[in-house]
Amino acid sequence: MELSELWFVLVGVLFVGFFFLEGFDFGVGMSTTFLAKTDGERRVLINSIGPFWDANEVWLLTAGGAMFAAFPHWYATLFSGFYTPLVVVLLALIGRGVAFEFRGKGETEAWKKTWDVVILLGSMLPPFLFGVVFANLLQGLPIDKNMEMSAGLFDVVNAYTVVGGVTVTVLCLVHGLLFATLRTTGTLQERARKQAKTLLVPLAVLFVAFAIMTYTMTDIFEARGTILTIMAVLGAIAFVLSGYYMSKKRDGWAFAMTGTLIALAISGVFVGMFPNVMISSIDSAFNLTVYNAASGAYSLKVMTIVALSLLPFVLGYQIWSYFVFHKRVHEKEHLEY
Amino acid sequence: MDMVMLSRIQFASTTIFHFFFVPVSIGLALIIAMMQTMYVVKGDEQYKKMAKFWGKLFLINFAVGVVTGIIQEFQFGMNWSNYSRFVGDVFGAPLAIEALAAFFMESTFIGLWIFGWDRLSKKVHLVCIWLVAIGTTLSAFWILAANSFMQRPVGYQIVNGRAEMNDFFALITNGQLLVEFPHTVFGAFATGAFLITGISAYKMLKKQDTEFFKQSFKIGIIVAFVASFLVAIFGHQQAQYLVHTQPMKMAAAEGLWTTSDDPAPWTVFAAINTDKQSNKYEFKVPYALSFLSYSKFSGEVVGMKELQAEYEQKYGPGDYIPPVKTTFWSFRIMVLAGTLMILLGMYGVYMMARKKLDKLKPWYLNAMLFGISLPFIGNTSGWVMTEFGRQPWTVFGLMRTEDSISPSVTAGQVLFSTISFTTIYSILGILAVWLFVKVIKKGPNAVDQAHTVKANDPFAREGQQ
Repeated sequence: MELSELWFVLVGVLFVGFFFLEGFDFGVGMSTTFLAKTDGERRVLINSIGPFWDANEVWLLTAGGAMFAAFPHWYATLFSGFYTPLVVVLLALIGRGVAFEFRGKGETEAWKKTWDVVILLGSMLPPFLFGVVFANLLQGLPIDKNMEMSAGLFDVVNAYTVVGGVTVTVLCLVHGLLFATLRTTGTLQERARKQAKTLLVPLAVLFVAFAIMTYTMTDIFEARGTILTIMAVLGAIAFVLSGYYMSKKRDGWAFAMTGTLIALAISGVFVGMFPNVMISSIDSAFNLTVYNAASGAYSLKVMTIVALSLLPFVLGYQIWSYFVFHKRVHEKEHLEY
Repeated sequence: MDMVMLSRIQFASTTIFHFFFVPVSIGLALIIAMMQTMYVVKGDEQYKKMAKFWGKLFLINFAVGVVTGIIQEFQFGMNWSNYSRFVGDVFGAPLAIEALAAFFMESTFIGLWIFGWDRLSKKVHLVCIWLVAIGTTLSAFWILAANSFMQRPVGYQIVNGRAEMNDFFALITNGQLLVEFPHTVFGAFATGAFLITGISAYKMLKKQDTEFFKQSFKIGIIVAFVASFLVAIFGHQQAQYLVHTQPMKMAAAEGLWTTSDDPAPWTVFAAINTDKQSNKYEFKVPYALSFLSYSKFSGEVVGMKELQAEYEQKYGPGDYIPPVKTTFWSFRIMVLAGTLMILLGMYGVYMMARKKLDKLKPWYLNAMLFGISLPFIGNTSGWVMTEFGRQPWTVFGLMRTEDSISPSVTAGQVLFSTISFTTIYSILGILAVWLFVKVIKKGPNAVDQAHTVKANDPFAREGQQ
C-alpha cells in the first residue's frame, strides 16, 4: 500500500471518528429542543456531553489538518469549492460551542431561550450540511482541469444531496438520543429511548431512499458493487439490531449499533470514491485522486510516523475520559453547565 | 473591493480576534496550574478557591478561543486555496500535528478538569490542568512553526511548481521559530498575568476580598514581570534575526528609506511620506538602531530603496516595499506597550519584595487595571507588524499574497463571510467581556446561582439527606 493510500484511510478513519463521536453530541444538542421538557432536563442533557463535545470536535479539526497535510489539493478544492456551506457550518459550530459554555452563566429566561435556539441550529446544521457535502462527493462536482470547483447553488443542493443531509441529521439525532439513555435516568431516559425508537421508521425510509438514489444517480456501485452491497447489508443488520436492543432496553448495545451504522455509512463514502477523492462531473480526467492530490513522499512519511506514534495516546486518554465520566448525570447534583 | 483585499481583511479580522483569546488561554492555564499546584502541595484551600475563580474566567475565554480557532484552520482552504495547494505539503504538516498533538490534549483534559473536581484524585486532577497548559503551549509551537515558514521558508524544495517538504527537522528548528516562539509565548504568559493582576488590583482598590486578591496578585505579578522582561529579550533577538532574513521588514519598521549611517541612529518618531519615499520631523537616538540590529554600537542598516532595487533584480519587477506607516507605527506601539508592562511589573515585584502590597497607592492599582489592555495592544501590534511587514509576500520570496487567493471563490462570497464572521466576533467579544465582568463582580465567594437546585420537583429531596 502506498502512503497516500494509507492517508486516504486515515482521513476516512478521522471522519468516522468525528461522526461517531460528534454525531452523538450533535444528537444530544438537538434533543435539548426535541426531547427535554424542562430547564432541568435541558441542563442534564447538555451536561451529559459537557466533558466530551470539545474533544469530539477536534476530530473534525484533525481530519481537516490531515487533508491539508496529506492531500493539499483535496483540501484546497473542497474547502474553497464548498465555501458558503462551510461558512454556515463554521457559524453554527461557533454558536454551539459558546452556547454550552455561556447558557448556564445567565439567569433570565430570554438568555437561556436564545442559547437553546443556538444549540438547536448549531447541532442540526452541521450534520445536515456535512451530509450534503458527502453526498456531493459521491455525485461528482464541476471540477475543471485546474482542480478548481465552481459549483452553483443547484449543483450542490438537489434532491439527492438533501436526502443525504437529512439522513445524516436524523441518524445523529437517534445516535444522540441513545447516548442520552446511557447518561440519564428516570423518565428522561425512557422518553429518549422511546423517541429514538419512533425515529427508526423515518430513518429506515431515508436510508432506503438514499441507497436507491445512490444506486441510480451515481456510478459508485459500478466500480465497487460487491463490497458496497456487503456494507449495505451489514448496515441493515446493525439497523435492525439497534431496534431490537432498544426494545430490550439494552441501551449500550443499541448505541453501539447506531455507531456501527454511522461508521459503515461514512466509510462507505470513502470506499465508493476510492481512488478518487473528488469526482469531476465535467470530465473524469479532471478527478482528484489519492495520487494526484497527495503531498510528496517525504511529507507523507513524516506525517505517518507522527500520526502513528501519537494516535495511541490520543485514543488512550480519550477512552479514559469516557471511563471517568461513565456515571449518569442527575438533575440534583452540581451541574457545571 | 477586490478579492485580495477582502480575503486579507477576513484573515486579519479572524486572526486578530482569535489572538485576543489565545494568549489569555495560554497565560491563564499556566497560572491556574501554578495556583493549583500550591493547593495540592500546601493543602491551603485558598489556592483551590483561586484556581476555581480564575478558572471561571479561563473557561469563558477558552470557549471563544476554541470556536474561532476552527475558522483559523478552515480559512486557508476556503480563502487561500492557491496558497494551500502551493505550500500544503510543508505548511499542512505542522497544522495537522497541532491538532493531533495539542488540540486533542487540551480539549480532552479541559473536560476532565472542569468536570473532574470531585471525580478525580487531587493529584490526577492537577496533572489534568498541567496537561491543558502544556497543550496550549504546544499548540502555539506548531502554529508558529507554520508561521515561521511563511517568514523564512526552510526545509523544502520546489517540485513541479509546488513547495515540497524535504527536511522536517529544519522546519521545527527554523531560526525564525526559535525566536518567534519564545517571544510569542512569553507574551501570552504576560497577557494572562496582567489580566489576573489587573483584576486583583481593581478588587484591592475596591477593598473586596482583599486577602484573596492580594494572594492572586502575588503570583500574577511575578509571572507578569518575568514574562514581560523575557518578551523584550526575545523581541530583541528577533529584531536581530530580522535584519538578516527579512531586511525589508526591518527597514520598513524603522522608516528607513535609504541605508543608514554607520553607526545607525534609531528613529523614535517621524512623519512618513510613502509617495515621496522620505520622512519629515525625524527624532533620532544615535547608535540605538545599530544596537537593536547587531547588539553593538556600530553597523549600518540597509534601506528600503536599496532593497527594492536588489529584489527587482532577484524576483523581477514589482513593489517589494510593505505598508511602511503600518509597519513603522505598529512596531513602536508594541515596544511602548512592552516597556510599560516591564515598568508596571517591576514596581509591583519591588513592592511585593518589600512586603508593601498593602500600601500600594491608588494610582498604581488604577494603572494596573489599565495595564490589562497593554499585552493585548502589544500582541496585536506585534502581529500587525510581522504580517504587514512581510507583504507583498505570503511566503517570503516564494509566493505573493495576490497569487494566494482562491480562484473559484467570488468577492461576494468573501464579503458575505467577512460580514458574518465579524458580526459574530463583535457579539462574542461583547458577551465574553460582559460575562467576565459578571464573574468578577460576584467575586470568589459567591454561590453560583445557576448551580443551586430548585426544589420544585417532588422527588428532588430524595437522595439529599
